[in-house]
Amino acid sequence: MAPLTQTKTNQSTVTRRSLSWTWVGVAPFFLFVAAFLIWPTLSIIGQSFLDQERRLTLQNILELGHPFIVSSYVYSVQLSAVTAIGGGLLGGLLAYAITIGGLPRPLRDAVISFSGVASNFAGVPLAFAFIATLGQLGVVTQWLRSIGISLYPAFSLYSFWGLCIVYIYFQIPLMVLIMAPAFEGMRREWREAAESLGANGWQYWRYVGLPILLPSILGTTVLLFGNAFGAHATAFQLTGGGSQGNVITILIGAQISSDALANPGLGNALALGMIVIMGISVGLYTWLQRLSARWLRS
Amino acid sequence: MLKRFWPWFWFLVGATYFLVPLYATLDFSLRARRGELSFAAYTSVLNDIRFIESFMFSLQTALATIVVSAIVIVPTAYWVQLRLPRLRPVIEFFTLLPFVVPAVVLVFSLARTYSRTPLTDSREGLWVLLVGSYVILSFPYMYRAVDTGLRSINIHDLTEAAQSLGAGWFTILTRVIFPNIYVALLSGAFITFAIVMGEFTIAALLAQPAFGPYMNRLASSKVYEPSALAIISFALTWAAIAAIQWFGQGAQARVAGPR
Repeated sequence: MAPLTQTKTNQSTVTRRSLSWTWVGVAPFFLFVAAFLIWPTLSIIGQSFLDQERRLTLQNILELGHPFIVSSYVYSVQLSAVTAIGGGLLGGLLAYAITIGGLPRPLRDAVISFSGVASNFAGVPLAFAFIATLGQLGVVTQWLRSIGISLYPAFSLYSFWGLCIVYIYFQIPLMVLIMAPAFEGMRREWREAAESLGANGWQYWRYVGLPILLPSILGTTVLLFGNAFGAHATAFQLTGGGSQGNVITILIGAQISSDALANPGLGNALALGMIVIMGISVGLYTWLQRLSARWLRS
Repeated sequence: MLKRFWPWFWFLVGATYFLVPLYATLDFSLRARRGELSFAAYTSVLNDIRFIESFMFSLQTALATIVVSAIVIVPTAYWVQLRLPRLRPVIEFFTLLPFVVPAVVLVFSLARTYSRTPLTDSREGLWVLLVGSYVILSFPYMYRAVDTGLRSINIHDLTEAAQSLGAGWFTILTRVIFPNIYVALLSGAFITFAIVMGEFTIAALLAQPAFGPYMNRLASSKVYEPSALAIISFALTWAAIAAIQWFGQGAQARVAGPR
């Protein structure tokens, strides 16, 4: 009995020692992430519960209830929701058209390639592109005026709906890139099985297709929401980025150069609120993707 | 034909949304001279010394980001596949965190946390913060690209063969693993390049003389030049994505960079 126990102990010591050496191999990665991401983020989260004398307080969180800040969060949430649903709908229909819609294969490849570019084409240059298109002197604005429709002053690129139109430009391609493989994962046999049982096209979609795709569609829409919610440069370029701006990311950015709200703790709380909302949307996305992975081949 | 009506319809709607702004921007950028189409806006931009300086600055920053990111990610991904496969979800979780912490929050946290340290008090320090944040942003793409590349070669056999010939870890990584995943690494590098070249938020808030802030400032003084810059910027992004597809690793940019 005794020797057996001893061997066991020896073995576990050996494993433990080699295990600790094994961990050294991933240390550089974790140190880097800790220094440039985890530590700064955690310290901001922690500090949002501290007052200027470093005592525990909920004051910073409570101050998020200030009407000005609430209206910024509401504005950003509305902007993100409208562009996630609008971009998701258009992107989803486009992804459907190029995959199971039966369009020629080269069109599918072209749209996918273009989406890869367009989803990365955002920020300042995207704002420029839309100013040249729908700004007061924009090409489309001028063209519409020449046929008797004047967009301004009823519409403005710098208003809520103007921002929506610009944001949707980078939302559509992201939806296409994620949904196209999902549509392609739908098996032909499901449709055949449904049809052999007498289902028509509508019934197939209502009882088979949509339920399978729904987690994927919802999940990607949630991801688009986060995508818009974290956007800063596009809105900054279009709205001028004053601290009176409505978009929450601009308000946070303005806290770095100047404490526009005259309370550093409040800046931390703003960032915390942002992380919470982004965390919820990325978490929801991951969960919904996992649900849909049961059915769809990747 | 009628059966295909709706797919064609949605395709045309999508194509219109995608292409009209690009066409309008191109058209606008060629109108710098009244009454004729010309490349005047482009020559004006390309001859601007601040364009060249900020472009070169961002180019250097992008290269530094790619090198640092590769040095961190290649050994990590290799080691995780070789010895710690159970750690892969953990690494993936950390590489995806930049989607939870948006660029503006990241730079806000860095500026606050390291304020009154050499990192924020000096020019060099701020540049370190800039490259550091970009490396964090590059992790999702780099890790996925390298991980896919490593999976397509047999790292266990390669490692054993190299070890039996007396190679140490450094030799294995630089002379055996790296040449084999070079192409996969390139696809991560190009997407990183595209992100860094156009990035505005982090560069501007760290007061760095990068290409993004330069584009932003140009808009307040010029009318036609910004659209020329938008076209140049689009061409640059397109070239980077085309390079990825050319190298054929198929590592699509699923979740895009900072907005």
